[in-house]
Amino acid sequence: MPLASDTVREITALRVRYPQPRSAILPCLWAVQNELGYLSAEGMEEVAAILDLAPSEVQAVSTFYSMYFAQPAGDHQLLICVNVSCALRGADAIVDHVQSRLGCPSGGTTGDGKFTWESTIECLGACGGAPAMQVNHHFHENLTPDRVDGLLERLRAEPRPSHANGQSVGHVAEALTVKAPSSGPHPPSAETPPAPNAEGPPADTGVSDPAFPAPELPLGEHTEMPGSRSKRSYTKRGSRSAPRKRPRPNAGDL
Amino acid sequence: MGEHKLLTEHFGTEGLQTLAVYERVGGYQGLREALSRFTPETLIDEVKASGLRGRGGAGFPTGTKWGFLPKDVFPRYLCCNADESEPGCFKDRALIDENPHQLIEGLLIAAYALQVNTAFIYIRGEYHDQRLLLERCVEEARAAGHIGANVLGSGFSCDVIVHGGAGAYICGEETALIDSLEGYRGQPRLKPPFPALKGLYGKPTVVNNVETLSNLPHIVQRGGAWFKQLGTEKSAGTRLFCCSGHINRPGTYEIAMGTPIRELLEEECGGIWKDRSIKAFQPGGGSMQVLLPEHLDLPLDMDAVAQAGSSLGAGAMVFMDETTCMVNVSMRLVDFYHHESCGKCAPCREGTYFESDLMHRLEAGHLTLEELHTLADICDNMNGKCFCPLGDTATWFVMSAFKAFRDEFEAHCGAGACPVRTASAQLVTA
Ligand SMILES: Cc1cc2nc3c(=O)[nH]c(=O)nc-3n(C[C@H](O)[C@H](O)[C@H](O)COP(=O)(O)O)c2cc1C
Ligand code: FES
Repeated sequence: MPLASDTVREITALRVRYPQPRSAILPCLWAVQNELGYLSAEGMEEVAAILDLAPSEVQAVSTFYSMYFAQPAGDHQLLICVNVSCALRGADAIVDHVQSRLGCPSGGTTGDGKFTWESTIECLGACGGAPAMQVNHHFHENLTPDRVDGLLERLRAEPRPSHANGQSVGHVAEALTVKAPSSGPHPPSAETPPAPNAEGPPADTGVSDPAFPAPELPLGEHTEMPGSRSKRSYTKRGSRSAPRKRPRPNAGDL
Repeated sequence: MGEHKLLTEHFGTEGLQTLAVYERVGGYQGLREALSRFTPETLIDEVKASGLRGRGGAGFPTGTKWGFLPKDVFPRYLCCNADESEPGCFKDRALIDENPHQLIEGLLIAAYALQVNTAFIYIRGEYHDQRLLLERCVEEARAAGHIGANVLGSGFSCDVIVHGGAGAYICGEETALIDSLEGYRGQPRLKPPFPALKGLYGKPTVVNNVETLSNLPHIVQRGGAWFKQLGTEKSAGTRLFCCSGHINRPGTYEIAMGTPIRELLEEECGGIWKDRSIKAFQPGGGSMQVLLPEHLDLPLDMDAVAQAGSSLGAGAMVFMDETTCMVNVSMRLVDFYHHESCGKCAPCREGTYFESDLMHRLEAGHLTLEELHTLADICDNMNGKCFCPLGDTATWFVMSAFKAFRDEFEAHCGAGACPVRTASAQLVTA
């Protein structure tokens, strides 16, 4: 299916925005993903044609970046950080909670197509408000299971946002007029970020084994997180071949 | 010493993200002065005199870097590095969220000094709202004549392009950033030639961090000498420290260089949470080596921290309390590098894979002591042998933690579960 004329216009405008047209690949791919929800082969071919590149070159670029989806995703996308600062303040508990609420593992999409969620080891840049996640590219910080529940409930009622990651040209007008919330106090205020519960979030430093509370879901209800670079879900670890054995007598001499 | 507000002075001012309010608090005065009082050469000298060092991690003197551009080769390019993805780091986001025009003003000052007519802001894909905000601010500044042809009637012209990434930590490395901006997979390039000679589109290019650039309006207005007397002899100015982890008040704090780390922890961050004691901290972001409570009296000075065997890096401080399992923390950082390895060189691509595999088995208590030695061996085979620092830094935390907490690492071997978690569960309930 050819891209909408608006998208084609946007890509054509991006082409002349840079000293060299090829620089426009990333924003052009965003334009495609904004329209389709993912990068289709045909969409990438159109980008290639407009930028005067081989389709394979555009595809090769797309697979390098983790935010492009290779398959359609749910209406709302949740990305939960499990890097150190978030883990120190209970990110694993949030991951477990989301998993039990949505009933599919990290990287999956709910059966009703409403949510795609993933736990990510990429620090989102919200460590001051840990544990944190992004929902449709907006930050949500100082998470607690209760807050997550409230958020999920609200999102369930909302339709898919029209521009998941709108790129400049044409979308500047809709840029924020409201100040984006920042991570932690800047400048430092006397106020502590809201305590998630009376005791504060659990100092959870362990990776818990996922217990899937959801019963067996029919096949086809889960899709792999589109765009994942063959990355495994963080909490569940597949078996791997053992590393080559090349023992060293004493690790202490490092 | 202690808290000293320069970049964050006006944070929290209602509407600071608009041009009108920013100008009301003195914004774009630095740009005006740069254009009227300085030539590009004298401006570079002023920045050299200020002692400003890059805030992106490596701490390279900014004026010196600018001086490397070959004379008479045009066009040249300037890239603001807003790819901030270092674990524990969120200061650039704060600088953009709170005071985006300060960054744009700094970018324009640098562009004038370097005689650059096209400047880019490469911002990570996850900072979606921040990108939209910057785009709006650029349009606003353009409409006011601060960007575009004949900036403020000076005869100098500069366009600013905000470019969003799409999720790749490595694109923060300057040559990978350039590759990505050219429309390729973001993989680092061999240096030399350094970007100052052959960078974007093969032309002389300077890459500077958000915080580095945000300092420039202040240096121009108050003078390099004034800036230099803030902080310590070799670390001039203030820095934004991103404090996170087990502390009472996580957040970004701007303080003068040279302040003791303990003061940052106790006074700004409100100390370790839940009345616990500190076990360890990481002073520079996910890449840097672990430091111990005995290092808390070190001054926040790049060289002093380097002497203690770590680095201030990008200014992230992650504090860990006594219940923290260092194996678990190491595992997450190793996983991060495994996930972010760009695949260009074998030591990093394969090494992070094995590191991650071993760390997961260690954390679960299923590694043998012999395999622990394999882990050390693998790290030894990576450090200093990778194409770019990503692979090297993938070993720094885990190896420093192994050295400092060797008992803890060994106690995991064959334990069948994390011994620290079990112990700290008792501690919490006790
Ligand atoms: C793997 C890697 C990631 C990096 N990420 C960033 C980053 O996110 N932001 C940044 O400003 N510098 C980053 N750097 C440092 C840049 O390569 C470069 O030194 C810096 O942008 C220069 O700016 P400065 O001189 O103003 O510090 C990274 C370096 C490496 C090796
Ligand atoms: S560690 Fe989670 S946002 Fe930084």
